Formats: sequence, structure tokens, C-alpha cells
Amino acid sequence: MKRRSFIKRTAPVTVLPVLINGMSFKSYANSPLLRLLGAKAELNDKVLVLVQLNGGNDGLNTVIPLDQYTNLTAARPNLILDENKVLKLKGFDQTCLHPSMTGLQNLFNNESSLNILQAVGYPSPNFSHFRATDIWATAPIASNQYVTSGWAGRYLDDSYPGFPNGYPNSEHPDPLALSIGGIVSQTFQGPSYNMGMAISDPNNFYNFVDNVSTTVPDTPAGKELAYLRLVAQQTDQYAEKIKDSYNSVKTLSTMYPASGNSLANQLKIVARLIAGGLKTKIYLVSLGGFDTHSNQVNATGGTETGAHANLWENVSVGISAFMDDCHKLGISDKVAGLVYSEFGRRIASNASLGTDHGAGGPCMVFGTQVNNTILGTNPSIPSTVNAADNVPMQNDFRAIYSSILQQWFGLTKAEAAGVLLATYNTLPIFKTTGSVEKLNDSDLMVLENYPNPFHSTTSIRFKTNGGYTQLKVYDAIGNEVKTLVDKNLGAGSHTVSFDASSFPSGNYYYHLINGNKHLNKVMVKN
Amino acid sequence: MQRRDFFQQVSTALLSSPPKPTGTGRGEATPATGLAKYSGNWGRAETAHLLRRTLFGFKQSELEAFSKMNVDTAVDALLNIDTNPPSPPINAYTSNGMNVDPDVPAGQTWVNAKINPVFNNLRIQSVKAWWTGLKIEDTTIREKLVLFWHNHFSTESQVINIPQFFYQNNALLRKHCMGNFKTFVKEMTIDPGMLRYLNGYLNTKTAPDENYARELQELFTLGKGKDSQYTEDDVKAAAKVLTGWRVNNVNLSSYFDSNKHDTGDKQFSSFYNNAVISGKTGAAGADETDELVNLIFLQNEVAKFICRKIYRFFLYHEIDSNVETKVIEPLADIFRNNNYEIKPVLETLFKSEHFFDTLSMACQIKSPVDFTIGFCRQFELKFPDSSDYVKQYYEWNYVQAVSAVLQQDTGDPPNVAGWPAYYQVPMFNETWINSDTLPRRMGLASLLIFTGYSRGGYLLIVDVLDFASKMPNVQDPGKLVDDLLEMLLPLAVEQSVKDILKAGLLNGQSMDYYWTDAWNAYVANNNDTANKNYCTAQLKLVISYILNLAEYQLS
Repeated sequence: MKRRSFIKRTAPVTVLPVLINGMSFKSYANSPLLRLLGAKAELNDKVLVLVQLNGGNDGLNTVIPLDQYTNLTAARPNLILDENKVLKLKGFDQTCLHPSMTGLQNLFNNESSLNILQAVGYPSPNFSHFRATDIWATAPIASNQYVTSGWAGRYLDDSYPGFPNGYPNSEHPDPLALSIGGIVSQTFQGPSYNMGMAISDPNNFYNFVDNVSTTVPDTPAGKELAYLRLVAQQTDQYAEKIKDSYNSVKTLSTMYPASGNSLANQLKIVARLIAGGLKTKIYLVSLGGFDTHSNQVNATGGTETGAHANLWENVSVGISAFMDDCHKLGISDKVAGLVYSEFGRRIASNASLGTDHGAGGPCMVFGTQVNNTILGTNPSIPSTVNAADNVPMQNDFRAIYSSILQQWFGLTKAEAAGVLLATYNTLPIFKTTGSVEKLNDSDLMVLENYPNPFHSTTSIRFKTNGGYTQLKVYDAIGNEVKTLVDKNLGAGSHTVSFDASSFPSGNYYYHLINGNKHLNKVMVKN
Repeated sequence: MQRRDFFQQVSTALLSSPPKPTGTGRGEATPATGLAKYSGNWGRAETAHLLRRTLFGFKQSELEAFSKMNVDTAVDALLNIDTNPPSPPINAYTSNGMNVDPDVPAGQTWVNAKINPVFNNLRIQSVKAWWTGLKIEDTTIREKLVLFWHNHFSTESQVINIPQFFYQNNALLRKHCMGNFKTFVKEMTIDPGMLRYLNGYLNTKTAPDENYARELQELFTLGKGKDSQYTEDDVKAAAKVLTGWRVNNVNLSSYFDSNKHDTGDKQFSSFYNNAVISGKTGAAGADETDELVNLIFLQNEVAKFICRKIYRFFLYHEIDSNVETKVIEPLADIFRNNNYEIKPVLETLFKSEHFFDTLSMACQIKSPVDFTIGFCRQFELKFPDSSDYVKQYYEWNYVQAVSAVLQQDTGDPPNVAGWPAYYQVPMFNETWINSDTLPRRMGLASLLIFTGYSRGGYLLIVDVLDFASKMPNVQDPGKLVDDLLEMLLPLAVEQSVKDILKAGLLNGQSMDYYWTDAWNAYVANNNDTANKNYCTAQLKLVISYILNLAEYQLS
């Protein structure tokens, strides 16, 4: 062997530049979720892009409830956006977007490509970034239950049996999931392996030394060694495919900013990989900085300026450019994206021009195949807001996952329930599939209580269309305090009494679910 | 047969088989040993294990010196840290008429200078470079502990955004790294950098901010385990206790403003035995902070939580019931019985049977800092000395930036929880390794072996001849391979790998003396270009091959 050949085996063909501002791109190849996907993937070319906003986004300054402005202004006087500057949404005159979200407004008003979900969360929310991120990634049945695999990971694990052994193969030559950013997301964690891989620059790969050794000891050291070899092997095997896909097409949109928008840069790579023919099912991109405890808005220059405005400007521009690119690359009909954050923020602002950790917040799904509408109603803002008060949940994030698995990836309801460990209601996020009942047909659903405010007991009246009906009461933080109805009921009006004599005074929310419809109201105990 | 053909035959057979990881590597066996004092053999393997875990990599001379000690003297030496604060970071950013600082002459420290936002980024880089230099130069456990505590009391320089406070926070980590943990928590609570990072300085009676109150319990003392049952109301009560702490940007310190303090009584939950911290007025309000820390430290869970973190950082991420009972619980007892002094815990752990159990060895994946600083130390990379501090800081910054690209930007962890590799179930330190970072690690090693990194007229490169010359049996190719493997890998490799490496030194020759002769000729005459080039080239191939093995990522 010539020395050159030896070098080729031992050193990279081209030594990797160590990029200071290098971005990492992760491809999630090995997860249970990806396995389940695999079977369906043969018949389904849909791609999902997860857009994770790290830190907890302030939903009330993102999707703005105009009909609640008086109470909202009282609760957050130093943050409230100018009523005349918020962006109108066609057909929804009481719901607006933050002034910096012109790109997303355009997707909604002119391109029919945005689905907005109000007040997404889960019962008994957790306010730690750490744990809340984990809950969103793993989708446990209850927020106090710990699951170590990710929801997408379980999906891939079911779809691609035996992974990583025997992968890639002729049927599944591409990574199952990819993520941009240096850390492999918990979302793609399978029962034993993470289904993902990470790359920064699709053009830079490394030729690994072939492993001479093939066995490892049955010890902790052996476990880690096996993992290292596996990553090396898989990186090597997927590298050419990723590189070829990336280089077979060019970016066509001119809307990506030249610099300063890391989310746009990540999405730009995703568009090229999809258009280049990579059959990866799920991509994850992320943007940090949403933990706006202080200086969320500028002290001077208007509340529509500042950190939160800049963040949404980046998200809005990034997604618009990506959608434009997808149109021009001819892939827009097979791409959809979910924008989410680990939690929302409190209704009341703090004195530092910021907001503290809260419960639910809005999510968005973008793509040409979505139902261009708002699912859910504007949150009810109480007239007196205490520091701990939160936006009550309307849409369960696990219902969004379940709906995506069914409507986008073609799983049956039972298969989706298998991945998500429980059955959740289906939301009409996409316009394409199946029989999804209309949501929030509030004309058909009456929900009210009397007296309000009340001292110890109040009566709640509601109308159901019959069938399974659930009525629960939550405290201001989002903890469930009482289940009033949880059974099949005949259609028509019903009244139940809520005895709150043992509960502290404050704001309470009551939440009615009937089939796929739900409704939320606030009441005050004095 | 031509030598070239021979080498080709051997290496093709060995190298071209595709990788097939067939071992399960499930790692089901975990150490059954406990904290009893280790009394087994003190050899080079044990020495190397201790050095890998307590330092960032080790030099050949350190392996020699420590292997002549015993477990007591070796651990004592490593824990014998310099308690004097190192001289602070300096202005290395003013050079060639650029970045002239009106307040701080070039070469002088800026840490007490007035805040000047124009220089914030340069000064933050200055701290990061300086800190990198401390890690490279340290010969005790100190800097590894500073990293441990930085991950524990996680702050981000970009959020603190005042370099003087970033430096003070870093100095505080060093001051208490092996001191008293309770004192550490008290001082960290009112550290200006921490007050800024978690909004403690904005926490007032009229606008309580719960950020620090939550993390104090969830991340810094009690954790979120099943025995940590503080409530949301405890978070709110703790936030009230902590109202009134402010930061003075002129005299660069924190202070207590009793006018901003909530003087009401603070009621805690049954988890804290329904304790009440009674509200105090005036300067006495600050004492409530101490009372809060004292209240939290009454919980047994504090010592256990910290001992688990120490275990995960220095030993292994998996803590099964066996480890919990035999290591964590008795270690936590030691911690409590010593009034939360950190040193007795470390001493007991590092001298224990459990630490030296073969199952505890080689099972950590190196963190990016371990990887980069360890590389600098193992190969004794030459950095510019302090007389050329501009270039010195420049090179240190490069090492820091590499670590950042590998996903560990010291000074800027991803969030208040620190790096996921230290907590994220089930992957823990496997999260350092993915298809992005593993190639980068290997690319970096190859870069510094083959061509070096050139910046500002300075070339950072491994001197492979110098490195090899430190090996005890450099003339013997078989023994040289063994010594290189002992230095660089924590696990034994198969004979077939050794054969490849030896063949690499011999470049196809079958007789050992070809290497011996070449080396001896070079040593006898450093100007013997042919032999010098030959030895250099073959050593580069062989060393980079070792660095490309998966085993090199383990510690």
C-alpha cells in the first residue's frame, strides 16, 4: 500500500475546517417512531419539519386576543402591543399577530398555508424548562410521568424494526430523521438508540477508520465503545446520500436573509435536502432566546420592538423564505412544519419588561396542505389577573402529535395511540384527510356559569351534542381541581353544580370537551 | 516480495473488512464494590485511570511520576489545589493600535475597570481564553472541579453580559470548588453574575421574580428526584425571601436594598415541615437568605443530589440501586457529617474500591473540554508564553472555540440546567457524540497532527518526534506501539490493531531494526533529514490512526 493510501484510511480526505460559527445538522436515523413511519413511508412521501422555539414563548404577545384587550392591558401594561399595529388575520377580526410577523400573516391571509392552534398545553403544566422540554419531547400520558423515549423516536422505532442493525439498506437508504443544531433532540430518542444523526455542513464529511475490532466487552466501557462505533459507521454510510441530495439542487428562494437568522439558515439546508431527494421523514430545527424574563420589549421605542419582536421577525422571515423555496423547488405539497415552544408565559408581566414561565401558548402548523384557520378561541383573560395566573389550555399538544401522525403520516388512530401511549382527540390540522369533526362549533356549545363571581358554589350550564362529554375545572396555574362530568350524555342542555368551598379564592377555568369540540371559560371565586 | 506489496497484503486484509459491531455492549455489569479503601495493585493502568478522571488528560511525565506513588499519595497530590486565586485575565485585545481601551493599558487586567459596553465582547473572550489557559496549565483537580461547578451553577456570559461579573462568577467557582458547599450556595445566591443571570436583581416585593428561587431548589440543591417534593408555593415563598438583592454596576458588587424586600412572613410547605421564615425589616432582611439556604440544607436529599452529580461527572452516568446504596448514600452521609465540606467526599470517592473497579474504567465519553484540553496536555502542545500575551490569548481562544464547536462552550452552556450530557436520560454523555461532532473531533486531531493550525503567524502543531521521544522504549517499534496505546487509549486493543500500527512504523518492513535504525540515526544527528522525515511521517500516520479509533473518545 502506498503511503497515500494509508493516509486516506487514517485521515480525512480533506481535513475538516473547524468552523467557529459552524451549525450542526442532525439526522435522526434510529428511533421507534421512525420505524412505524418506515412501513407507511413506502406509501407516503410527506416530510415534517419541527421548529422548536427554546425558552418558552410569550403566546399572548404572539397571537393576540383583541377582544380581551382591556383585561390584557391591565395585566401587562408595560408589554401590551399597540392595538393599531398588530397584524390582522383574514376572517378572524378579533385575533391578530405580533407586528413583526408579516411573513406569517401573508401565509395566512394570502397563501392559505397556516394553521394556528390556540392555547396548546397539557393538564398540570410544569414550569421548569428542563422538565417541560422533556414533556414535549417524550409526550407522557401525564405530566408527572417519566418516559425516556421521544414521541418521534417511538414512531420511528415502530416503523423501522431492528434499527440500527442492518440500516441503511436498499429499502431505507436515508436517515430516518435529521436535526440541525449540535445536540440530538430527545424527541427522536428511541427505547435504546437515538434515531437521529447530526451534521453541520452537508458537504463536509469525514472518512472514518474502518473498525478492525468487531466485538466489545459486556461492561459500561463496552457499551460506550459500541455506541461510538455505531455513530462512526452510520455517519459514514449516510454521508454520501446526504451530500448528493444537498448538491443536486440549489437554493431557489431569494428571501433568505444574508446573515443573522440562524433559523432561516437551518431551514435553507432542509429545503435543499428534501428537494434533493433525501427520504428523511422528520427534520428538527431550533431557535433559542424565548426565555424573556426581562427586556422582552424595549423600554423606549415602542412595545413592538425588542427581543421578542426580533425573535418573531426571525421565525416569520425564516418560514416565509423556506415556504417560498419549497414552492420554487416543487416540494411544497409534501412539506409541513410544526412551530412550538416548551411552555407559554404568564398573563401578567413583571416589572422587568418581561414575563415569567407560564402554561399554554399558541402553536402553528405551516404548509400548503394545512387547514388555513384558527383552532380554538381567544383565551379568556380575567379582569383581575394574579401573578400566578395562566392561559388555560384548549388544545393538548399530544392531540397535535396524534393528528399529525394520522393526517400527515397516514397512521391509523390506533397506531397513533400506540406511539403516544394513549388516545387523544383528533384536530383538523390538515385539509386532506378523513372524517374529522368540525372543531369549536361554539354555536352548538353553550358553556356558562352563574353566579359569577361566586362565594362557594356556582352552577355550570352547558349544551352537548350527545355522546362522550367531559367537564373539568382547573385552577389558575393549570392544575386540575375537579372533574364534574366524564361520561356519555344525551344531546341537549345540562347543569352541574361546582362546590368550591374548600378551594382558595382566585380565578378558575372550566373546560368542556364533547367529541372533538371543546370550550373554555373563566370564573372567579371571591 | 516487495515491502510495499507485503504491507499492502497485511493492511488490506485488516483494513478493508466493513465495520460490523456485533458485540451487544449492553454494559449490564455494574461495579458491585463500595467505598472501602482501595488496596489492590497500584500499576500504570490504575494511575492512568485516576489521572484521566481528575485531570484533563495527562502527560507522559505525570504518568511516570504518579505511578511511583500509591493511592493515598497520588489522590492527596491531585486534591492539593492551589487556593490562591490565579492572576486575573488581562487586556490582550489591544494590539497594533486596534481595540485601544481608554481605561486599561494593554497587558493589564481589566477586571476592576469600569464597565464599558464597547469592550464587553472582547473582555468576555478574554475570560474564556484565560480560563482555557488555566485548564491547560493546571496539574491538580482544581480546573476540573471548576468545570463541574460551572455546569452545576450554570450561567451564560452572553446573558450576564457584564464581563466583570462573568469573571467574578468564575472566580467564585474556583474559590469554593473544594470548599464548603453550603457557604458556596449562600455566596452564589448573591453573586452579581448569578443575580443578573436568573433575574435575582429584579426580584422585588412589588414584582417577585421566581427564576432564581426555582433553580435554587430544582437545579442547585435538591434536584427533581422523587424525594424532592417542594411545591410551586415553595418556589413563590423562596422568591419572596430573596427579594431585595440588587447589583451595583459602579462598584461592581451586589447589595441588599431593604426597601425592595418583602417583609411578610414566608410560609413553606409540609416538605419543609411547614417552616415559616419570618419577615424582617431593614438590613436584617438579608439574613432571610441564609435562613432559606439553611432550611433547604435540612433536607437529606441535598447531599444525595450533589453526590449523584459528582458521581456522574467523575465516574459514570448510570446509577443503579447498587450504586445508590453502596456509594451515593454513604457518600452523602460523609458530606452531611462533614457539614457539607466537599473535600472529604472527593477523597473518599477517589480512594475507593469502587473508583478503581475495572468496571468503572474507560466508560466515560470525553466531554469536548476533556477532548480538547486533554489533547493539548497529552501532546504538550506549545503555546506562546506570557511575554507574547496577545498571541497566547489568541491560541487559547482557538482551543476554546474548538470546544464550543464540539458543543461545549465554557462560559455559555445551553441553559441554566447545564449541558444535557450531564443529566439527559438515557444517553447522558453519549449526547456529545453524533454524526456532526464525531467527525469534527477526528478532523481536529488529524489537523493538529498533520498540518497544524496556523493563526496570526503562530503554528499550533503536535511535535510527534518530541512526543515519541518521551516514550520509554522508543527504539523498539513493538514496545513503542504499546506505550503509545497506553498513553492515548484507556482500553486495550486487539493484536490485529497493534499489528497495523507496528506495520505503519515499519512502512512494510518485516524487521524491527529498520525502525530502530531510522530512529537512532535521527537521534544521533538531528540534521539527518531523510531519517527525521521518515520517523516524522510514520509517527504521524500511526498516532493519527490511534486518535481515529473509537477508543480514543473514552476516558
